[in-house]
Amino acid sequence: MQFKLSSSPYEIPDNSVQRVMRNVLLALLPGALACIYFFGWGVVINLLLASGVALLSEAAMLKLRGRPLQPYISDYSAILTACLLALALPQLAPWWLTTIAVAFAIIIAKHLYGGLGFNPFNPAMVGYVVVLISFPKQMTHWVPPLMEGYSNLSFVDTFNIIFHGVLPAGASWDSISMATPLDTLKTQLGLEKSIDEIRNSKTYGHMFGHIGGVGWEWINGLFLAGGLWLAIKRIIDWRIPAGVLLALFILSNTFALYDYASFASPTFQLFSGGIMLGAFFIATDPVTASTTPKGRWIYGLGIGWLIFMIRTWGGYPDGIAFAILISNMAVPLIDYYTMPRAFGHHWTEFPHHHKSHEDE
Amino acid sequence: MSDTNYTDISKDGLWNNNVALVQLLGLCPLLAVTGTVINGLGLGLATMITLIASNGAVSLIRNWVRPEVRVPVFVMIIASIVTTIELLMHAWLHELYLVLGIFIPLIVTNCSILGRAEAYASKNRVLPSMLDGMMMGLGFTLVLVVLGGLREALGHGTLFSHAHLMFGDMAKNWTLVLVDDYSGLLLAILPPGAFLGLGFLIAIKNVIDKRQAQKQAAPSQPAIDLEASSA
Repeated sequence: MQFKLSSSPYEIPDNSVQRVMRNVLLALLPGALACIYFFGWGVVINLLLASGVALLSEAAMLKLRGRPLQPYISDYSAILTACLLALALPQLAPWWLTTIAVAFAIIIAKHLYGGLGFNPFNPAMVGYVVVLISFPKQMTHWVPPLMEGYSNLSFVDTFNIIFHGVLPAGASWDSISMATPLDTLKTQLGLEKSIDEIRNSKTYGHMFGHIGGVGWEWINGLFLAGGLWLAIKRIIDWRIPAGVLLALFILSNTFALYDYASFASPTFQLFSGGIMLGAFFIATDPVTASTTPKGRWIYGLGIGWLIFMIRTWGGYPDGIAFAILISNMAVPLIDYYTMPRAFGHHWTEFPHHHKSHEDE
Repeated sequence: MSDTNYTDISKDGLWNNNVALVQLLGLCPLLAVTGTVINGLGLGLATMITLIASNGAVSLIRNWVRPEVRVPVFVMIIASIVTTIELLMHAWLHELYLVLGIFIPLIVTNCSILGRAEAYASKNRVLPSMLDGMMMGLGFTLVLVVLGGLREALGHGTLFSHAHLMFGDMAKNWTLVLVDDYSGLLLAILPPGAFLGLGFLIAIKNVIDKRQAQKQAAPSQPAIDLEASSA
């Protein structure tokens, strides 16, 4: 009997960039649909506009750099960056704000560093932080989520707001936009109110749901589901989101137990803002995240810790973008010190464990 | 040295060996004060005057200072000159003095000044040394002004605002409003804007240099096929 011989590797994973990105986009779908359901047409317009700008910027940069268009355009990486940004930006952000954010992400944060695979910082988060710092007023244009007493704006109204800056007749920004639950909590806590007072207040109480903010808890739940699917399919490493959520849970739980009145509960922290989107879809970016198993724990825990710090004591209601960018900066260091031992080599053979090496 | 080439000194200072774009010296004031054109111009001129004076003084004493103690001597010369300039600005340009604040005394620590004293003035005659100081200072000032203009235009939508700080009351209406009702790109005025702006200026200079070199190297040869070389 003849056996056919073949050399390793025996199991070939089909993890091309294109397939990974497509699966991540697919996993994004339930949460994105929830965003559209709760926040209306603004999300759709943002997604389409961001994708268009991303493709244009990508094509322009590829042409300038003398790279072939087809393989890079069709790997979905620019579309993914655009979608993550569109979901993170406020729904009524003016068109030029979305354009600046996406163009900055693709042109400066991605291509000027050498394109996909060479960028040290997550492009989507760079784009987000640029507009967050530059246009603080426009970044508050969040619409109230669909709930009792509120309805979504019509497509025409949304379109006019985003592209012409024209509000519907008789409406003002105060009547069509609303602070996010995290923002409200931060402002009110700053005014020496207790968590219970805020949750039961007539003005703000209705925006807090069972666990997170109304609407936000569903969005986060569905992003969590999509993220878990990615983790099970081994497209992302479970250690990173686990680290983010664990650090945030432990810290918020400790502080909430210590002072229930002035620290939000861990469940609220975990199901508000963009936490699940950040933990499962943005922090896990294969290019900018840590690459070693132990390093991924450190990276994830660091992000969770920073998010809690920024949310609780920082100047912004949510700190996912900053937390991820700061941790991106630490990735080369983390990777250097957590490099797994190569089989057949002793720990002391690694340069950083070999003190005398430097003294030579 | 008798074969001093004044054109080369000028070219070096303004372009080929530009303090900010090539040597990357003196970046602290460069990044910190270039919020507007006038701030950039003010600090640039102060730095230029310091460079001319310190290069001249260092060149004068170059044959009497022992190499072992040269650095402390240079620093004392530079510090005295900067103190003089600071006092003069305090007296005559008081408002600009208040805006630039700590960055005027900090000219002492601008590496380019000690760098020129060490690299050029301590080895050359007085006149070329002073010209070197002027050209290096002018190159630095140009970058400060361009970067200041870039950041001011993007950040505030204006150019030459607050010109009266430097040129007196007649300059009160020099402000050019580029875009009315401009909401302002805050990023350009904040520190990241300075880093990004400088990065782009360096990139633009490198592109121009590359084009120039290509033109000179091979006017008759066919241009290098980018597609083929990158594949």
